[in-house]
Amino acid sequence: MVSVQDLTHRYASRLALSAVSFEAGGGEICGVLGPNGSGKSTLFRILSTILAPAAGRAVIAGFDTAIQPAQVRRAIGVVFQSQSLDRQLTVGENLFAQGRLFGLSGQSLKRSVDDSLQRLALGDRRADLVASLSGGLRRRVEIAKALLHQPRVLLMDEPSTGLDPVARLEMWRHIEDLRTRQGVTVLLTSHILEEAERCDRLILLHEGRVVASGTPSELKSRIGGDVVVLEVDDPAAAARLLSVRFAVQPRVTGGAVRIEIANGHRFLAEAVDALPGAVRSVALHKPTLEDVFLDETGASIGA
Amino acid sequence: MRLFWLPTAALWQRELIRFWREKTRVLGYVGSPLVFWLAVGAGFGNLAFFFPGALVLTVMFSAVFSTMSLIEDRREGFLLSMLVSPAPRSAMVLGKTLGAATLAWIQGLIFLAFVPLAGFRLSLPQLAQAVAVIFLISIAFTLLGFLIAWQTGSSQGFHAIMNLLLFPLWLISGAIFPPSGAHGWIRALMMVNPLTYSLALLRRTLDSTPQESLPSSAAGLAVTLSAAAALFVACLLAVRRNGASSPA
Repeated sequence: MVSVQDLTHRYASRLALSAVSFEAGGGEICGVLGPNGSGKSTLFRILSTILAPAAGRAVIAGFDTAIQPAQVRRAIGVVFQSQSLDRQLTVGENLFAQGRLFGLSGQSLKRSVDDSLQRLALGDRRADLVASLSGGLRRRVEIAKALLHQPRVLLMDEPSTGLDPVARLEMWRHIEDLRTRQGVTVLLTSHILEEAERCDRLILLHEGRVVASGTPSELKSRIGGDVVVLEVDDPAAAARLLSVRFAVQPRVTGGAVRIEIANGHRFLAEAVDALPGAVRSVALHKPTLEDVFLDETGASIGA
Repeated sequence: MRLFWLPTAALWQRELIRFWREKTRVLGYVGSPLVFWLAVGAGFGNLAFFFPGALVLTVMFSAVFSTMSLIEDRREGFLLSMLVSPAPRSAMVLGKTLGAATLAWIQGLIFLAFVPLAGFRLSLPQLAQAVAVIFLISIAFTLLGFLIAWQTGSSQGFHAIMNLLLFPLWLISGAIFPPSGAHGWIRALMMVNPLTYSLALLRRTLDSTPQESLPSSAAGLAVTLSAAAALFVACLLAVRRNGASSPA
C-alpha cells in the first residue's frame, strides 16, 4: 500500500533522508519511530505530497507522490501535528468545508459527513464549536476530517502530541478499530515507545537512515535474553571490569552500565558481587524498543 | 470544475461564518472611519468631500484585516490540510479573497447607508453603480492584504506594513485633498497611486457635479480592474512558489 524506495532529501547542506526504503502492507498500522531530527517529518511531508523528494520515490496506492500528487491526495487522509480545524467553526461546518475541498456536494457530502462522524463516534458533537472541545476530542475530529473522502491510507504525524494518557488510549482504540474493522492502512510517526509497541510494523529511523524494521516483537527478539542496567559510581571502570570477568559487551549510557545477556537474573547477582560497594541501583528487564534503538544507534529515542 | 467552485465556495462561506460569530468587528471597522468623517468633515464644513475617502478607509481596514487570518491559517494546520486536498491553489486564493472581500463590501455598504448625511441624492442606477464600485475596491484591497499577509507571515510585520504602506497610500489618494490642490511631487505621487483612480471612480459615482481635475470614471475603472488582476496573479505566484515551505 505504501512503498518507499531509496528516498533521499537534503535541506541546503543537511542530509535529512538518506536512501530510505520500506514497505507497509494494506490494513496494517506502520509506525516510523525515531527521535526529533531523525528525518520523520521530512518523510511525512514527502508522503503527504507537500514536499518533492530530491531522489528516490514514494508510492502510495500505486501512485507516485511526486508525479501523481492529485491521485495520491485522493488516496490519503492526513492528520498533521498542528491543528487543522477552524476553531471558530463547529465540527459539522469543518467537515462540510473539508468535503467541498474534495469536490463533494449535496447528498453525497451529507452522507460522507454522517459516516465520518459515526466512524469516530462523534455524532453528538456535530453542532459543537471546535474551540469548546477537549484536546482528545479535537484529535478525533481531525481524524474524522482526514477520513471524510474515504481514503485507503491514513497518515498521522505524531498523533499523541499534546494528549493526556486517557485521551491517547481512546485515540488508539479508534485507530485500531479503523484498521481492524474498516481496513484502513495507518502510517504514523512517533517518538513515543508505548505508541510504537501498538504498531504492526515499525521502521526505526535515525539521522535520516532506516536502522531497523520489523514487528515490535521481531525487533525485540534480536536482543537475546534480558537487559541488565547497573547504576555505579564509575561506569567506565565497571564496564571494563565486567567485560573482562564475564566476557560481555557492556555499554555505558547516562551514568549506568547496560548489558544484554541471557539469564540476566543469574548474571545480576554475580555482577553485583564483582563490584562490591560500587553499585547504587540495579535493574533487570525484558528488551524494550528503547533497547533496540540504543543497540542500533547508540542513541536514545527520547533524546 | 467542481474541484474549483466547491472549494472556492467552502472557503468563502467559512469567512462569512467566522465574521458572523464575531460581529463586534463590524463596529470596529465602520466605527473609526465614521468618527473620522464626522469630525473632519464637520470641521471643514464639507461632509460631502470627505465621504468617499472615509468609505474607502472602511473598506481598506476591513479587507486588509480580514486577510490577516491567513497568517494564522499558515501557522496552524488549516492551510496544510488545504494543500493536501485536490483543490487547486487558485481556488484557495479566490475563495479566501472573495470571502474577505464580501465582508469588506458589507462594511462599505453599511458606511454607504450614511450617504444622505453627506448630502448626496443617489438615483437607483447610481446606487447600484456605487454598490458595484465598492465591491471592486473591496476585491482589490483584499488581494493586496492577501499578498502582504502571505509574504510577511507575522501579525507584527503585517501591522508595520499596514502603517508604512497602506495608510500613506490612502493619504495621497485624494481622500483628504484633491490632486488639483496638491504641490509638485506629491501631486506626481498621487497620479501614480492606483488608489487615486479607484477613489475618483467612487467620487464620480456618488457626486454627479462636474469635477474636471479628477481622473475619468473610465480611467478609474480600468486602473482598479488592472490592479486587481495584477494582484491576483501575484497572489497566485506567491502561493505556488512557497505554498509548501510554510512551517510544518
